[in-house]
Amino acid sequence: MQASFEQIVERGMIVRMPIILDKVSHIYGEDTKMPVKALNNISLVIPDGQFIGIIGHTGSGKSTLVQHLNGLMKATSGNIYFNGEDIDADDFNKKNLRSKVGLVFQYPEHQLFETDVFTDVCFGPKNLGLSKKEAELRAYEALKLVGLDDEYFYQSPFDLSGGQKRRVAIAGVLAMKPQVLVLDEPTAGLDPKGRDEILDQISKLKQETGMTVILVSHSMDDVAKYVDRIIVMNKGSVLYDDEPREVFRHYAKLEEIGLAAPQVIYIMKDLQKHGYDVSDNVTTIQEAKEEIKRYFRKGKG
Amino acid sequence: MLRDITLGQYYQADSVIHRLDPRVKLGGTILFIISLFLFDSVIGYLVAAVFLALVINLSKVPFRFMIKGMKAIVFLLMITVVFNLFLTPGEPLVAVWKFTITKEGVRLAVLLAIRLSFLIIGSSIMTLTTTPNQLTDGLEKMLGPLKKIKVPVHEIAMMMSIALRFIPILMEETDKIMKAQLARCADFESGNLIKRAKGLVPLLVPLFISAFRRANDLAMAMEARCYRGGEHRTKMKPLRYARRDLIAYGIIFCYLAVGIVAGHYESILLSFIGITGGAI
Repeated sequence: MQASFEQIVERGMIVRMPIILDKVSHIYGEDTKMPVKALNNISLVIPDGQFIGIIGHTGSGKSTLVQHLNGLMKATSGNIYFNGEDIDADDFNKKNLRSKVGLVFQYPEHQLFETDVFTDVCFGPKNLGLSKKEAELRAYEALKLVGLDDEYFYQSPFDLSGGQKRRVAIAGVLAMKPQVLVLDEPTAGLDPKGRDEILDQISKLKQETGMTVILVSHSMDDVAKYVDRIIVMNKGSVLYDDEPREVFRHYAKLEEIGLAAPQVIYIMKDLQKHGYDVSDNVTTIQEAKEEIKRYFRKGKG
Repeated sequence: MLRDITLGQYYQADSVIHRLDPRVKLGGTILFIISLFLFDSVIGYLVAAVFLALVINLSKVPFRFMIKGMKAIVFLLMITVVFNLFLTPGEPLVAVWKFTITKEGVRLAVLLAIRLSFLIIGSSIMTLTTTPNQLTDGLEKMLGPLKKIKVPVHEIAMMMSIALRFIPILMEETDKIMKAQLARCADFESGNLIKRAKGLVPLLVPLFISAFRRANDLAMAMEARCYRGGEHRTKMKPLRYARRDLIAYGIIFCYLAVGIVAGHYESILLSFIGITGGAI
């Protein structure tokens, strides 16, 4: 279980809990005839170093939620704390926050604008007021982290393939050395191969740098393999917030809100239905394989 | 950020004004604007105000939506008022240093302010109650006779509807790119003019690229559906005048007539109001 907000305050854990959302709500078009409640009373604690998946159907509020994390959107009510400081306080440095909570938008390749890849990646660090040398060093590191080859560095970003452009855009955020990396649908519009490559790269990056990674997606299969915590959003509220296997137990409810558990769980359920005594407590293909092998070994013995 | 622009914004509601034929609304708006320049009297503007209030009430659009459109011209309005106030020759009322405010100046400034704000409100009623598609449909039909002298009416209407359709899309896109660059710590707000202009490059380059991409996609989609321009093109819902449209035309002409006649006998009417006012 995640510790509640009150418990955290009591235990003085705030310093190690970089992001805390306390009863955050956001209403679009508050003064119009049809106000839309995009976020409804959301309380979350995001500790250092977690790999989190935020899952939800289109319009569930997941994109709105992540834009609150770096202060691009202001909560209608509720508070957000970053390292113990209220991000909506007047004297809070939003620029600093944005460099610490790196947000990669949906289709981030649409934000590229420079004449070559390297200069584009330098944009973020330069905005932080770093020297040219330092900015270039960071850009180089970031491009290496996303696995882009040197040969592309001085090409126009518009000549690259979709997957490569996306890597450049992610590098553009990484170059600011964020403490938390938030990726909004990083696989949207990519083919299966490009999707796996990007996700593997992000996972590798997480292991190498140890930063907190928040992955927003509408596909369980995308995130199940990588994350250690899943937050399921539905109609602006948090429906589940737990380890993947615990969340997948509610697969019937997940289907009801237009999501689904990973496909392997359905295979295991089908096997059970046909009289094979396998556990459905798996989340990845690898685990399912082991479970089936275990069953047959036991059956033989 | 950019959501305050009411130009071309449609407000969904179910009202008589919404259901009117777009040609009536276009023609009515033009006549209303003409009337504002025709009337040159207090009574005339009173009639216009009553008419406007009636239409606003019928349209079921909240009044503050129309005020929103006014924000954009507040500056222009101020300049007009100030210039007219001080630079109109006539009977002096107040004199401050080199500037004199004349009776005629006050009158002119007030009338102009009313004229301009009525103009904006009047035309925003049209855009608020008519979808861009209806508007261009109406325009195409109205300009139809010009086809005889080889004016590409259909093409103009199509271009207009595409342009209008792209306004919200590009605005959304601007918002998105702006946020994406803000997430990379871009600074759009501080610094001098040159620095700010330079700061717009990361916003404008992606915006233009996206506009071209969208235009390209749209052209492709239109060609894939064999779009060939206006020749022999029929409509699923051709515009036809209904009873209410004719009534609306009647009301508009009545309004014009009342306004003109009232303006003509302004002095008599004013003295009448004065008498009754005095009696009360």
